[in-house]
Amino acid sequence: MTTTTTTTTEVPLTVPATGPLAAPGAYGGEPAISVSGLVKSFGEVRALNGVDLAAAPGTVLGLLGPNGAGKTTAVRVLTTLLEPDAGTVRVAGLDVVHDAKELRTRIGLAGQYAAVDENLTGLKNLVMVGRLYGERRAVARRRAVELLEAFDLMDAADRPAKTYSGGMRRRLDLAAALVAKPPLLFLDEPTTGLDPRSRLGVWETIETLVADGTTVLLTTQYLDEADRLADSIAVIDRGRVIAEGTSDVLKDRVGGERLEVLVADAGAVQSAADALKPMSEEPPVTSGATLSLAVRGREGTIVEAVRRLDQAGVAVKDLGLRRPTLDDVFLSLTGHVAEATDDAEETA
Amino acid sequence: MRRLVTDTLVIAERNLERLRTAPDLLLAFTVQPVMFLLLFAFVFGGAIETPGFNYVDFLIPGIIVQNIAFGGFVTALGLNEDLSKGLIDRFRTLPMARPAVLAGRTLADVATNLLSLFILLATALIIGFSFDASVGEIVAGIGLMVLFGYAFSWVFALLGLLVSSAEAANSLGFIAVFPLTFISSAFVPVESMPGPIQWFAEINPFTIVVDALRALWLGAPAGNSVWAAVVWSLVILAVFAPLAVRRYRRATAR
Repeated sequence: MTTTTTTTTEVPLTVPATGPLAAPGAYGGEPAISVSGLVKSFGEVRALNGVDLAAAPGTVLGLLGPNGAGKTTAVRVLTTLLEPDAGTVRVAGLDVVHDAKELRTRIGLAGQYAAVDENLTGLKNLVMVGRLYGERRAVARRRAVELLEAFDLMDAADRPAKTYSGGMRRRLDLAAALVAKPPLLFLDEPTTGLDPRSRLGVWETIETLVADGTTVLLTTQYLDEADRLADSIAVIDRGRVIAEGTSDVLKDRVGGERLEVLVADAGAVQSAADALKPMSEEPPVTSGATLSLAVRGREGTIVEAVRRLDQAGVAVKDLGLRRPTLDDVFLSLTGHVAEATDDAEETA
Repeated sequence: MRRLVTDTLVIAERNLERLRTAPDLLLAFTVQPVMFLLLFAFVFGGAIETPGFNYVDFLIPGIIVQNIAFGGFVTALGLNEDLSKGLIDRFRTLPMARPAVLAGRTLADVATNLLSLFILLATALIIGFSFDASVGEIVAGIGLMVLFGYAFSWVFALLGLLVSSAEAANSLGFIAVFPLTFISSAFVPVESMPGPIQWFAEINPFTIVVDALRALWLGAPAGNSVWAAVVWSLVILAVFAPLAVRRYRRATAR
């Protein structure tokens, strides 16, 4: 799960630097994103029910949760699209309600819907966005070309966006969000529906932007995505943050590590289980030639396991410690698996 | 204010760009009005009594007003599409002037309405329409049509932001505008209609606008209809533009 950093990718790692680099303390010591007690209802439905969030400048905050959890509503409030019913929401040191106009110059939004004008070419889409930021046509054009090159869309620059593949469209959408070099970037499920290669490209782009100082808020239903990108993760379920922390902290909450053993001869799996039993409070789980058991700590575990198996005369093919995945975390926190059900997020 | 103007122009350019890249859309502004004009003139024309005018002369102002009223239809469809595709969300996160998306959209309609208008007038002149007007009156008539069409574009802007889909915008638009144009003096003299319908036709703003155009272009007795038509257009604009902008501020994709 951590070996995929340098494979081929559609997007080169040369996204033009984001603008005013947000050093720590850039917003008068305030976090880049700070939300407290955020409530937003649609009629009877409380989409957000007292949400608190914080992200330091130059970090990635991941909002993890199933469909309908309130992730998209949170992004809409933070990007000035919806007004909160209650709570304080500050982004880049600005209030999302009172300073909405000023805030819009500092944020970029991209998401699963790839909000591009399908009838315009890629180039014209980006030029339009640049001009709507108040740039002159020539300046907007220069920036558009810069972004098209960075996102490997130069060959398709003069084709209408409706002829683009899903991955290209998503890249154009992301490019549009970056036109004004915003120090804050909001990505609403940026890789939903993308093939693995495009997904990796988007991930690498985000990593480059963050390395250059951009603060990113990312919503996702993919645990591996949050695991890879997010410095801190807030798990949202039914409009509330039910857990937060780094992915390591969250995994620790689920409990320790698991020892997994693959024995050479499936017939020996029971003797292996007997040999390892004293290492855990729970009985080992066996399946075919593999065996797995919860262990208390990391230190010495592998050495002890090898010694015990050796003494029992069990030949081992493979043996290792596995950290719980965010899937395990989600399951134990919410009592249900992170599901990718239908498309229906909140109906506003 | 400067931002409102430049943002509006950027959006208008974007909407007109669409016509350039998808020329088939132009059919709605060119072939369709001409088709209506020819159908009415030659299918119904012989059967409709229009005292004081030949039917082609009587019909042209009516059919032009109907077309101009429907000209804003693309605004409803376009805005609804922008909304469902998330483009409105993008625009609303940009530091642009708030009314610009709607103002640009409706401004683009002015261009397409003028195109329809000139094509209709050219066709009309070919099939025997003749002005009984000074150059000033002809220009005033065109100006009235631009204003009236612009006002109606804002009605469609509101409609496009309110309905759930482009299909709904389509049928609601037809349900609202079709009776208004038909129960008016656009195609037949109001006097030929039964009592209650005649009463409605007489107070219908479409009748007033059509009568105003006939007064300007055919020298028909105007009464106050020219001024009344201008006032009606301005009232429609004053009511629907703020409503549409208000709705836009709250519009979200889903």
